[in-house]
Amino acid sequence: MPEEKTFQFEIVTPEGKVYSETVESVIAPGVDGYFGVLAGHTPFMTALKIGEIRVRTHGETVLFATTGGFVEVLPHRMTLLAETAEEASRIDVSRALAAKERAEKRLKSRSPDVDVERARLALARALNRLRVAQHAGVRIG
Amino acid sequence: MATLRDIKRRIASVRSTQQITKAMKMVAAAKLRKAQERLYKARPYAYQIAQVLGHVAARVDRSAHPLLADREPNRVGYVIVTGDRGLCGSFNTNILRHAHEELDSVQAETVGLITVGRKAVQHFDKLDVQVLGRYMNFFNELEFSHAMAIASLIRDKFLDHELDHIYVIYNEFKSAVQQRIVVEQILPIVPELPEKEKHPSEYLFEPSPQAILDPLLDRYLNVRVWRILLESYAAEQGARMTAMEAATENAEEMIHNLILHYNKARQASITKEIIEIVSGAEALKS
Repeated sequence: MPEEKTFQFEIVTPEGKVYSETVESVIAPGVDGYFGVLAGHTPFMTALKIGEIRVRTHGETVLFATTGGFVEVLPHRMTLLAETAEEASRIDVSRALAAKERAEKRLKSRSPDVDVERARLALARALNRLRVAQHAGVRIG
Repeated sequence: MATLRDIKRRIASVRSTQQITKAMKMVAAAKLRKAQERLYKARPYAYQIAQVLGHVAARVDRSAHPLLADREPNRVGYVIVTGDRGLCGSFNTNILRHAHEELDSVQAETVGLITVGRKAVQHFDKLDVQVLGRYMNFFNELEFSHAMAIASLIRDKFLDHELDHIYVIYNEFKSAVQQRIVVEQILPIVPELPEKEKHPSEYLFEPSPQAILDPLLDRYLNVRVWRILLESYAAEQGARMTAMEAATENAEEMIHNLILHYNKARQASITKEIIEIVSGAEALKS
């Protein structure tokens, strides 16, 4: 019997379950850098940062944009608790573009009532969404 | 005695009230369905994050994080969650009554309240109690950011030692026709520890359990408040639906009685007229 090469992968957000599938591999943005998971991985847990989740399933690649969260890996199961997770094709590109411009404008204004940290995070989130959409082949005009 | 016109007018008025309660019942049913759906979507996340927290907490000491610190409950805080609107039966009054029972029985030097929902805010502002935070008129467009605002206030009060223990009093959604008042401790956080045998002994944390604990506890708290708000909102809509259904039925019964009354009065007036005619004719004869 061939060794089991797949595992169960779930993405759960406060707005509901986003994804639940048997997958071959997952690449996720850990706080210490991107990491890959295959079936039979040692149990581990880490926090996530803003980035791209790349899932290989049935020979296809599915991309998600996430703004962070936590992930728990068990040998046959991986659970990703994301703050937000959007599948690449569902990313609202025009909204992300607008958010990017708004954040850039706020950062440039240098006025004292701008929360710089917040604006930077907003910018990072917007750029990440755009990048993931682009990786999935969405045109950004 | 009420004249026929009066009774007719009353029937019309009860009927128009009935139309309103019927419409409100239907609106509540639609809102309930949406709220229920949202709640059911949020529950798996809340459940999973509690589980993950348990795994981490099993590896660290309880003194590892200030949000886990169990202090003497000298200053106690209560988050009281009601609805923004009335006309939902005893939903709001039950919560307020329960809150008063809690407040009367608590053994603490000081008590601070955080009122959530317009009914709670208005009720406690009239009384001589310390209110540390007020949140109202948001349930109609409930968003995660509302939960975050409340969570961040109670977190600050707890970390600044303004409050040692914080409880939440709210309605839990059991089913469309059933709510249950719950009093839960929300701070300090008490993680549910996992069952020993199910827990893998080899478990890596990156970068470390402590580093994960901080964002995880924050997140856990936000999600918990979020779930509580969703529970309460769904319960409120359920209570309103039931109350409006009962009101519609009562109106029906009232209309029925009024019609009976009307018919009796009509009959009486006809009888009276006939007697008058007959006795008039008798008088002419003689």
